[in-house]
Amino acid sequence: MNDLVDHLFRHHSAKIVATLTRVFGSRHLDLAEDVVQDALVKALQQWPFKGVPENPAGWLTLVAKNRALDLLRRDESLASKAEQLELALPHHASAAVASDVEMDDQLALILMCCHPALPVEYQIALTLKTACGFSTAEIARAFLTPQTTIAQRLVRAKRQIRDHDIVIDPPSADDLPVRIDSVLRVIYLLFNEGYAATSGDDLVRADLCEEAMRLGTLVITHSPQRQPAAHALLALMMLQAARLPARTLKDGTLAVLAEQNRALWDRKLIGLGMRHFGASAEGDTITTYHLQAEIAAVHATAASEEDTDWPKLVELYNDLYKLEPTPIVLLNRAIAISRCQGPHAGLTALAEIDAHNSLRNYHLLPAVAAELWKQAGDNQRAAQAYQRALECPCSAPERAFLETQLQRLN
Amino acid sequence: MPNYLLFLYSEPDAFNETSPAEMQAIIQKYRDWRMRLQKTGVIVGGEKLQDGTGRMMRRTGGETSVIDGPYTESKEIIGGFFEIQAENYDRAVEVASDCPHLEYGGTIEIREVEMIVTSAGSGE
Repeated sequence: MNDLVDHLFRHHSAKIVATLTRVFGSRHLDLAEDVVQDALVKALQQWPFKGVPENPAGWLTLVAKNRALDLLRRDESLASKAEQLELALPHHASAAVASDVEMDDQLALILMCCHPALPVEYQIALTLKTACGFSTAEIARAFLTPQTTIAQRLVRAKRQIRDHDIVIDPPSADDLPVRIDSVLRVIYLLFNEGYAATSGDDLVRADLCEEAMRLGTLVITHSPQRQPAAHALLALMMLQAARLPARTLKDGTLAVLAEQNRALWDRKLIGLGMRHFGASAEGDTITTYHLQAEIAAVHATAASEEDTDWPKLVELYNDLYKLEPTPIVLLNRAIAISRCQGPHAGLTALAEIDAHNSLRNYHLLPAVAAELWKQAGDNQRAAQAYQRALECPCSAPERAFLETQLQRLN
Repeated sequence: MPNYLLFLYSEPDAFNETSPAEMQAIIQKYRDWRMRLQKTGVIVGGEKLQDGTGRMMRRTGGETSVIDGPYTESKEIIGGFFEIQAENYDRAVEVASDCPHLEYGGTIEIREVEMIVTSAGSGE
């Protein structure tokens, strides 16, 4: 019996949904999703007994197509689409190589899901559901949001697609850059959610990172616009993802950058990331992705914590702050300052952030302060700061990390 | 060694909300279970039955009636069956007990296939 390619169901179902939506039109997105779900359920009911077919992807496409043709015959308003469907879904579809048309369909679907007329949280939910093949429950788990909220977002997003008459057809050349920017932003948010690991289901989160990189690759291969920004985003994601294997220790606790075993970093992914970083240098626009990718590149190419080009990082964080004046950027800048100018300089930089109320409950702010007080030799203040960090909401591994740090002081 | 039929009952719409990734994982589990048993010759066959109701026939007073059925109280229907070889019911139950079907809320009915002993000797 044949083995199934990783993520075949998720990716192939997204692919068929994309093609069916193009044929049916964006108002019938639900119909496209139902047809594909039916095909998957059919496989689930049949394959355990009959075995996995020779060409599982082709099987799914064929069953979905027949089901769609059945529906088209019953609905007069859609009857004229049958011929188009026949052309759009060839019999011999295989999972290994997606045709250019299929890739275009997928990009068109993502562009539709990320339409700027939709609120960004709708864009995210819709992209995961239709373009990545996540279920409502999986999206809810990934974002620690109740399933009913996600279901509601999806219903409203689809309603807005109908109300605003958002079509799946590719945007005009004039509109494309803005639309691609919107897609890149959603990809960036997906990746960050997967990477942040504040809490929640690890498996689904790893999938988010993987999906974000897949979508980024899809944009690069199939959009003529915003190539440098897309390369920068992909470089950023790959360089960050390369460090993931070293971030969790065997006992499940988190390892900070300085403690990470750099031998565990994924060198192949770093290499790929650096290639995309090189490709991002074309053109004359510097996006936030460019700066963040360069920051990630400085870390990924440093042999050790001490060996890191911290003055360069301070400079990059200064530039980033001009594009993104957020307290998080300042926090990272303060860390970089402390590494090249000492803990007291870092603490002074940190003090500037306290004015931002939005970070009041953010555990990393007091946690960084604690670390810097410790380096400055003031264990009492360090302990107080760790206590403050523990009062903030954070994940179990982070909490364990903070508690260990606090115990080490005493 | 006698043969046993494993009838797998399930609710037809049990997986309507299952995600693509979960469905793939479930199929993979069935596959692993089946491969393991096929290798040792325990599983000798299996068929998926068509969804929906079949036909029930009955003859009363020379009149044959054919109706859709069976209609049962429970929502579960037989999705398909496997045929296995086992020494006895205990062993058949053991084989079925790690079938993924049970993990996903389905029911398994096990029936031994009766071997007819012919006048010529054994029924093998």
